[in-house]
This record gives sequence, structure tokens and C-alpha cells, in this order.
Amino acid sequence: MFETLSDRLTQVFSALRGRGRLSAADIDATCREIRIALLEADVALPVVRQFIAKVRERASGAEVSEALNPAQQVIKIVNEELIEILGGQARRLRFAKVPPTVIMLAGLQGSGKTTLAAKLALWLKSQANTPLLVAADLQRPNAVQQLQVLGERAGVPVFAPYPGNGVGDPVRAARESLAEAKRKLYNIVIIDTAGRLGIDEEMMRQAADIRDAVDPDEILFVVDAMIGQDAVQTAQAFLDGVGYDGVVLTKLDGDARGGAALSISQLTGRPVMFASSGEKLEDFDVFHPDRMASRILDLGDMLTLIEQAERTFDSDQAAAMAGKLASGDGFTLEDFVEQLAMVRKLGPIGNLLGMLPGAAQNRELLSQVSDKDLDRAAAIVNSMTVQERKNPKIINGSRRSRIAAGAGVTVGEVNSLIVRFQEGQKMMRQMMGGIPGMGGMRRGGQKAKAKAKKKGGGRPANTLGGRSSGGPAGLPAGLGQDGGGGPGGPGVAARGFGGLADGLGGTGLGDNPLRLPGGLGQGFPAPQPKLPPGLRGPVPNRRARQGRSQGKKGR
Amino acid sequence: MEQVLIIVAVIVVLFGGGIAAFRSPLVRSRRGSQRRGLQRRGSQPPDPGAAGQSSDAATSSGAATLAPPAGLASVPGVPQTEQPPPSAGRMVRLRGRLARSQSALGSALLSLLSSANLDDQTWEDIEDALITADMGVGPARQLVAQLRTEVKVAGTRDTATVRALLRADLIAQLGPDLDRSLHTKPHGDRPAVLLVVGVNGTGKTTACGKLARALVGDGRTVLLGAADTFRAAAADQLQTWAERVGAQVVRSDREGADPASVAFEAVNAGIERGIDTVIIDTAGRLHTKAGLMDELGKIKRVISKHATVDEVLLVLDATTGQNGLRQARVFAEVVDVTGIILTKLDGTAKGGIVVAVQRELGVPVKLVGLGEGPDDLAPFEPEAFVDAILGG
Repeated sequence: MFETLSDRLTQVFSALRGRGRLSAADIDATCREIRIALLEADVALPVVRQFIAKVRERASGAEVSEALNPAQQVIKIVNEELIEILGGQARRLRFAKVPPTVIMLAGLQGSGKTTLAAKLALWLKSQANTPLLVAADLQRPNAVQQLQVLGERAGVPVFAPYPGNGVGDPVRAARESLAEAKRKLYNIVIIDTAGRLGIDEEMMRQAADIRDAVDPDEILFVVDAMIGQDAVQTAQAFLDGVGYDGVVLTKLDGDARGGAALSISQLTGRPVMFASSGEKLEDFDVFHPDRMASRILDLGDMLTLIEQAERTFDSDQAAAMAGKLASGDGFTLEDFVEQLAMVRKLGPIGNLLGMLPGAAQNRELLSQVSDKDLDRAAAIVNSMTVQERKNPKIINGSRRSRIAAGAGVTVGEVNSLIVRFQEGQKMMRQMMGGIPGMGGMRRGGQKAKAKAKKKGGGRPANTLGGRSSGGPAGLPAGLGQDGGGGPGGPGVAARGFGGLADGLGGTGLGDNPLRLPGGLGQGFPAPQPKLPPGLRGPVPNRRARQGRSQGKKGR
Repeated sequence: MEQVLIIVAVIVVLFGGGIAAFRSPLVRSRRGSQRRGLQRRGSQPPDPGAAGQSSDAATSSGAATLAPPAGLASVPGVPQTEQPPPSAGRMVRLRGRLARSQSALGSALLSLLSSANLDDQTWEDIEDALITADMGVGPARQLVAQLRTEVKVAGTRDTATVRALLRADLIAQLGPDLDRSLHTKPHGDRPAVLLVVGVNGTGKTTACGKLARALVGDGRTVLLGAADTFRAAAADQLQTWAERVGAQVVRSDREGADPASVAFEAVNAGIERGIDTVIIDTAGRLHTKAGLMDELGKIKRVISKHATVDEVLLVLDATTGQNGLRQARVFAEVVDVTGIILTKLDGTAKGGIVVAVQRELGVPVKLVGLGEGPDDLAPFEPEAFVDAILGG
């Protein structure tokens, strides 16, 4: 099955490259895929239906643009629609004219209200407010204590007149808190209420009573980002029962796509105002609709990456370099270090990797990657002589130790860089041999080969990872001696990823027949599994264009 | 576009395996299905020793009347020990409650199925109804395809027949032959150990409390280990539960203690005091946090040094969408989940994620949480569950 919308669409559009306009049947197929993708992201069914209708309308009139292939165009439309729904009515917190401002939290059990109350308090406090937390969850055992502890951590006072555990009247607690806030001059009161189900009439009445008692300036509906199709009923029940002015999404640090955000905003018209994404009290921020849209689609931030890249690189130079990449041996270490400097200009490498689709699942690993790895690699290459850079094969043991000393790294690091570089080149040659007819193509062929290089990334990576995890004995000589690769060095990065790379080996490679435009892939012997998502982003685009230009040539 | 090409090339040379880290979800799911295959093959017939609980539930449904309506408001602040009712027959008592939340789906399905003209649109609507229950696109499609064939073969649109077919298919999806008994019997002088895991806010602590109550009701001695040392006041919450039913608690006196050591102490205390069942409550952790998942693995490893971990129970919120599947997969990888507790099923949720999770991982749902009352935890029975869904 396909995991992301971009994948699904790529599949749908593989059949219609080169067409100028989308036919009705194409749009139907596309809409079906969008529907499944959204449903799998837990967007509620009624919302999906409305959404599809809108996209269909826009897509049927759309001309194929020069810059984007049909799949991307549809994704663009979908993305824009998503942002519109999610962020149409974004607004800031409303403050009362006469303090205290009263904020009331409501939501299902376990959606994270108590934690969020403390996070919100801390956030408000950092903006020079004086919030007061009110413990009106007297239901769940020890919810009051939890709020007290969290309040202490956030440095925010907690008003808890009742011990909780079923004892006390939450409505009175809420009412008394207002007097308390006025007396002690707190300008914001945050009321944490008990979790309740939408169908529990008694509890909904209690929530409404609290609301009537304190007349809150903002009622925030706290909802778990992992919620499924039930989001709609729950959101509606709370809207009818208590009413709310804004939505807060919690647990966004998980890998839930968060389709609920879309469902709720669309059906209730209430904006998502805040997002909470972590266990620390600081992990809280206002909501960014565009990021959420990308998340629902699992797009990564390719557009930003491409924009940045185009700004940084000279396009002629880039084309020349792509040609070199394609020719295998033509790409020397010198070129590599030159490009490294360019990549460096794009900003921290961690951010760069984070923009690739699928990065969200590997955030932990991304945090291990640092710019120092880039600098170290550059230092290694810069410590080589011109000859060595052009022909790394001449680097023997003594040269290696000289380079290591010059770059201030261990011999193992020098070795692993060279090994990776050579394996990359070898991979390109293999790809050329494996795909008949590719050599004959000029520009298109070169590009395809260059792409092959990218895909090939899966394999050297895998070998490295496999060896590393297998223990020092299996490591390439230099790396083995080195034992550790140096903290944070490239060796470490490779090893860190190694464990995850298992099972990837051939799959990254064998993908070609499926993905290459007609004719190119035929005769390629490997099976046809899928590309790792990290590599997916730019590829469809390339391929599509390439396909079109070939089509023209053919005619 | 050349630019991006170059960036990727540079990254490949730089990090080697770095790129491979963005590995395909497909690869993962394929491995998942292999594992499923293995587990299916490996699943043994129900353990005769432990099957007592579920069969009790089926036979002695009269016990349900024993349950006092322990309203939450009436629970006193000063702890006093209550005698909870035995666990038997709970599902029967709770069927009504379940039916209230689920009948919407059932009636929608049946009205669709009994319509005079079963055309493509109707079948699509049926599929949609199943998807709305969080069943997931794949399972829903499969179910509809199967039902479609069966209806064609049966050659009838008689509501009763169609309903019976739907019922059979739904039950089949829920894997009725899976072993759903809970291993809570002590092994000789060693207690049975239950480890309760899950993401944040699914109701682990509450489930531990209810489970302890049910076991005490069945005449066991229970010890609760408060290995949730992270969340503020989690140990207090567990203690409150324990005090209500007279279970013992082992907890750390400070926050942020090593959860594995608390779990270890709890198991030790259980052995020393001759307790029947030790239940370890762990902190909620998102399955995406590698460090926290490692911590969980450590907890299990440490316990295994002194006792066997009989059950690892994953607590899933019934309102969770497709993400529940990912959670289950990761938790199963780390601690080898043996059963699922599906909580908050009394909401408007349909708990369709049960189907997806059982299909994907072959891990049975063993218990369901059906309300806020302290006795609203019941053994899961596929037939009763499906009947409730269909408003039966």
C-alpha cells in the first residue's frame, strides 16, 4: 500500500505523463487516492467528501503549468486548500478588557488538559502575564496534585480549594477562583476541568455550569492529535454542550498525521490556536497551518528546500555538476568539497535533512547529525593533494595518516569518507550497466543516471550500516581500527542510521522499472519495491519532466 | 532541480547511511506482515489453566447484579476499602452501555444492507460506514468485498440473512479463536507479573486500578508497582486506586526515580509478601521517542531477572485513529505485547482500530474499558462486541 498522498498521486499520474490537461477520468482516479490518503490521516469522512468536491472543482479547470507536473499540481491545490481550512481564521488569544481574563479548558479524558494548562500558564507568564491555575478537575484521582506539581514546575500559583478525588464542587471552585484572582491581582485565570465524554450529559451540564459561573473569555477545546474518526462527533458534542472558541492540539510530537485538526476546523469553523508537542512544559507554541498541511500530506518541506537551493546555486554550474555526477568517475572529491560548501550555505544540515519527506519519523536520528560532520569532511578533502583529490585510488596508508593528521581526524574517518565516495561512484556505474538504453540518451539519460546515483544511496549506506552494527570485526579496515569513528564524526552518523537501514538493501535500487518513464525501465532485472521516502521528493518531479522532454524529442 | 540532486549526492557521500534512515514505511509494513504470519502460525490453542476467567464470564452472568453502582461522587475522600464484585459477567452488564455508543454504526449498516438495490453506491456507503468506525481503509475494503461475494452467493437480500453474514464476517475479523485469557495466576511462590504500557493519556493508570479491583474481587492479592515516575502525581493516583480496594503499592518516594528500579522493587516485594499478581504501571510514552522506548525495554528486562512477565498489556484509546496501529507495532517490537486493553469504548467511538491492530499484529484485545465507574472493565468477547455494534 502507499503511505502518503504524494506517493499515491505519483502512481496515478505515472500513466498520464506528457498530457497537457487532466481528463475527467484522471481526476476521478486522483480524487479516489486523495480520499484514501486523507482517511488514513484520520480526517473525518464528511470532511473528506467536502474537501474532495472542492479539489475536484479546482483541478478540472486547471491548466498544466510549466513548472509542475500534474501530480505536483494536484498536491499544490490540495495543500492550498488544506492551509485555507486550517488557517483561514487564525487569531490570537482574546484578553478581557477588565482583568482577569478567564480561559477554560475542556476535552475528553486523557487529551492532556492538565499538562496543557501548565504549558499555557508558562507560555503566558513568559509574555509578562500573571496567570493563575485553577484545579477544577475534582474527578480523576489526584488530578489536583498533578496540577499543583506542574504549577510549581512552571512557577505559576495554583488555586485548589478542594482536595479532589470526587470531593468538592468544580463550579464553586471556578467561581471562587475569580475572586481569588481579583484579590491577588492575577490577570489570567486558567481553569482545568475534568475530562468528559461528549455523550455524558451530566458531565456536559457540569461543564456548562462552570462556563456560566465564570463567563470565560476563551474556551479552548483540547484534543489529542491521534484521535480518529470520532473527532467529529466529539467536537460537535462539545460545541453543543459547552461551546468553544478555539482548539488546542496535543501530542503532536507523535507521528499521528493529525487529520483531526482538519476535521474540527472544517466542521466547527473554530480555529486551531495552539499546538503542544512534547513532554516538557516549554513544548508549546501557536499553531502553524502550513506546517500542519504538510504533515497531513506527509510532504516534508521540499518546496522550501528547492527554493533555498535555487537561490544558492548558480543554475549553469549546477547543470554541469549534475552531468559530472552522472558520468560516474567524473565527479571528483574536489567537486564534492565545492558542492559541500554550497550545501553548507543552505543552513544547518540537520534542518536540510528535516525538510526531506519522511524526516518526521526519524527526528531522533536527525538530532545526531551536525554541521561539524560537514566541516570535518571538508577538512579531510582539503588536506589532500590535488592529485589525491582527482584520483583517490592513489591514497595509501602513509598518505592516509598524513591526511588524517592534517585534518585533525582519525585515520578511520578518512578511510570511511573515501570508502563511501568510491562506493557511490561504483553504484553509478552499476546503474548504467543495469539499464539498457540509458547510455544512448544524452541529456535525459544523464539525468536519469544522476538520479540513479541518488537512489544508490540506499546501498552503500546499507553495507556500511550492516557492517557497523555487526561489530568492529566487519568494519572496513580503517573504521575498525578507529573503533569509534570519533564522536559525532561521519562514522558515527553512519552507524547511528545503520540499525534502521536494515532490509533496505536492494529495495532502493530495484525501484527503477516502476518509476522511470516508459521504455527506460524495461529489461531491468531487479524486482520492484519502493524507494525510501527520503528520496522520493525530488524524484517524481525530475522524472516527469524528463518524460515530457523525451516525448517531445521522440516526435 | 539539479541543485537538489547535488544536495542529495553530497548528503549521500557525507552520511552514507543517513539517507537510508528515511526508510520506506512499506519495508516496515512488509516486515510487520511477516511477523504476523509467524505469530498466526505460532498461536496456540487457549491455555486450559487460564481459560477459567472468560468461561466464568460466559456462564455466571447472574453475578452482574452483585455490582454496586459505585457512583463517582459517592467515593469518599478518606480512603476506605471496598469489596469489589468479581469480574465475571461484566461484559453482559456492559453490553447495554456499549450498544448505546455503537448502534449508530449497526443500524446504518443494516439499513444499507437491506435496501432493495445493492448497487455500487450502497457498497461504497457501507465501506464508508466501516471506515467511520476507524477500521481503516484496507480492512474495510476487504470486508465489503467479502460480504459482497457472500451476498451474491447467498442470492438473497433478506435482512436476517445479510445481518447474519455481516455478523459472521465482523466476528471473523476480530479473530474469535485468539487466546484472550489473562494470565494472572501465580507460579508457585512467584507472582504473576503484568506490565501495563501505552502512549500518554490512554488511561493506563486507571486501567491498572480497575484491573487490580477486578482481581481483588476474584479473591487475589494484588500489588501495584508505580513505575510511572515521570508524570506529576501519577503514583498518587495509583495509590488512591489501590487504597480503595485494599491492594498494596510499591512506589518511589521521589519523582523522576528510575522506573525500572521501582518495577524491580515491586516484583521483589511481591515475591517476599507472597502476592498473587503484581501489576506494573508505566509512564505514558509516545512510540516515536526512542529513548523512552528503550527505557521500557529496560523495565521489562529488569523484571525478567526475578520473575516472568506474564502479560504485557498495551492500553489503546478507542478514539485513536490509524495511529493506533503504529503505536501497537512499535510497542510490540520493544516489549512484545501479549494483549490489548481498549479503553474509553463507552464514548461515541467505534473502536474499529481493534480490527486493524489484531489483523496487523495478531495481538488479541483482552480487556475493554467501558466507563468511568471503577468496575467498568470487562473481558473482551468478540461475539458480544459485534452484537453490540449491530444493536443486537
